[in-house]
Amino acid sequence: MRYAMAVDTRKCVGCSDCVVACQTENEIPIGFCRDWIVEVTDGTYPQLEMEIRSERCNHCKNAPCVRCCPTGASHVVDGGIVLVTRNKCIGCGACIASCPYDARYPHPAGYVDKCTFCENRVKNGMSPACVAVCPTRCLYFGDLDDPNSNVSVVLKKRKYKTLIPEAGTQPQLYFMI
Amino acid sequence: MKEELIVSGRMNHMVDPNLHIWHWQIPLYLFLGGMAAGILCIAALYFIRGREKDYRTAVRITPFLAPGLLVLGLIALFFDLRHKLFFWQLYTNIRLQSPMSWGAWALMVITPVSFIWCALHMRDLFPRWDWKYRWLKELEKFFNKYKKALAWVMLIYGIILGIYTGILLSAFNARPLWNTSILGPLFLASGLSAGAAATLLLSKNKEERKQFARIDLVIIGIELFLIVHMFMGFLASTQVQIDAANLFLGGPYTATFWIFVIFLGMLIPALLEIMELRKFYVPALVPAVLVIFGSFMLRFIIVYAGQMSRWLY
Repeated sequence: MRYAMAVDTRKCVGCSDCVVACQTENEIPIGFCRDWIVEVTDGTYPQLEMEIRSERCNHCKNAPCVRCCPTGASHVVDGGIVLVTRNKCIGCGACIASCPYDARYPHPAGYVDKCTFCENRVKNGMSPACVAVCPTRCLYFGDLDDPNSNVSVVLKKRKYKTLIPEAGTQPQLYFMI
Repeated sequence: MKEELIVSGRMNHMVDPNLHIWHWQIPLYLFLGGMAAGILCIAALYFIRGREKDYRTAVRITPFLAPGLLVLGLIALFFDLRHKLFFWQLYTNIRLQSPMSWGAWALMVITPVSFIWCALHMRDLFPRWDWKYRWLKELEKFFNKYKKALAWVMLIYGIILGIYTGILLSAFNARPLWNTSILGPLFLASGLSAGAAATLLLSKNKEERKQFARIDLVIIGIELFLIVHMFMGFLASTQVQIDAANLFLGGPYTATFWIFVIFLGMLIPALLEIMELRKFYVPALVPAVLVIFGSFMLRFIIVYAGQMSRWLY
């Protein structure tokens, strides 16, 4: 099993509903977020191109955060989801520094926090909060090993990219362009 | 001109707009640990080679600084942790891929070893010292018997500790400035030069001082060589590493790096030591303090600048 998410950058309007849904679902402390919107504008006026992306942890296949964790608090569970065990985390910050996507943050309670692909929901057959709430339905979540899953189907039809693949992380967030 | 404008909705404390997750604690610890590693390596090396008589201060006196430096460093490390009460998790796990785990375990070995080494030389510092209890005397006898083995442990773990302070940073490919394997040897060399400077500071023997001025000179030469190679490597690498090098070549850290690390921390003490070896009068305090200060600044600047260096996407 290999969970992954696909983001349709052509459908995303950057409304930030995914961000708020995540903060609500996961009780994120005020002033922090596990997912966020990035808007990139490229080119020379008047020839401009814009891309809007809903970003979060890439749940990398080769995760630097898991490698550098001195206690094993950062670990990979079934389906390739990267998680942090709270009472194993010492808050040293190594994983935060190791993430090229800056997807982790120090929770005010001391441990390090990040996107979990809403593991609790996914385990029970639901989709992650951000996916469930997206008003333009630009987020797709599912199992890449299953050829009939949402993600597999949509990635077969469209062109896509991943973010800084040259960092060697093998990210599992696909942006359809 | 083609331009790119990136607007991010993320504003996580200590992560945006620039990473600033590690503050004074980490570079301070890297410096203290590196210097202690340098002191212990030099002491162990001269002891193993049987030069204890010629370099008495380096083998017997300077190591008294090491336990203090290590303990202070550990306290600094503890301050860095945000989930402090769970620190013991470091010692219920061995993670071979994590430099920090290596470091935690190396400290676990070398800190007690450094205390034992000092205990064996208590009489050098306090001539009338007496271990009051019988079992303490037995223990002293035991360690004296295996002193050479102890010295080997100290040498090997000293090298691991010295290199690890650099590898800790170079393992992060997310921070292009840190992501160079030169940092390992560079920090080891810098720790050794600080350790040599400590003996230069404490020794009252002229010959020993001369020897350590020579050692310092050689290590400063090695450090400069490594730094030049570091920049050559960066400038011949990808755009993110070119940007990383530019933090020091015109960027915000240019003045601090070249003035404090290169000029005051390496070139001036090297010049003073050459003068001393040429029989000019130079108070030993000046080059020694400058070298230690330079070694401290090197870590501070690398840790802070590294957090500014990043991939842009």
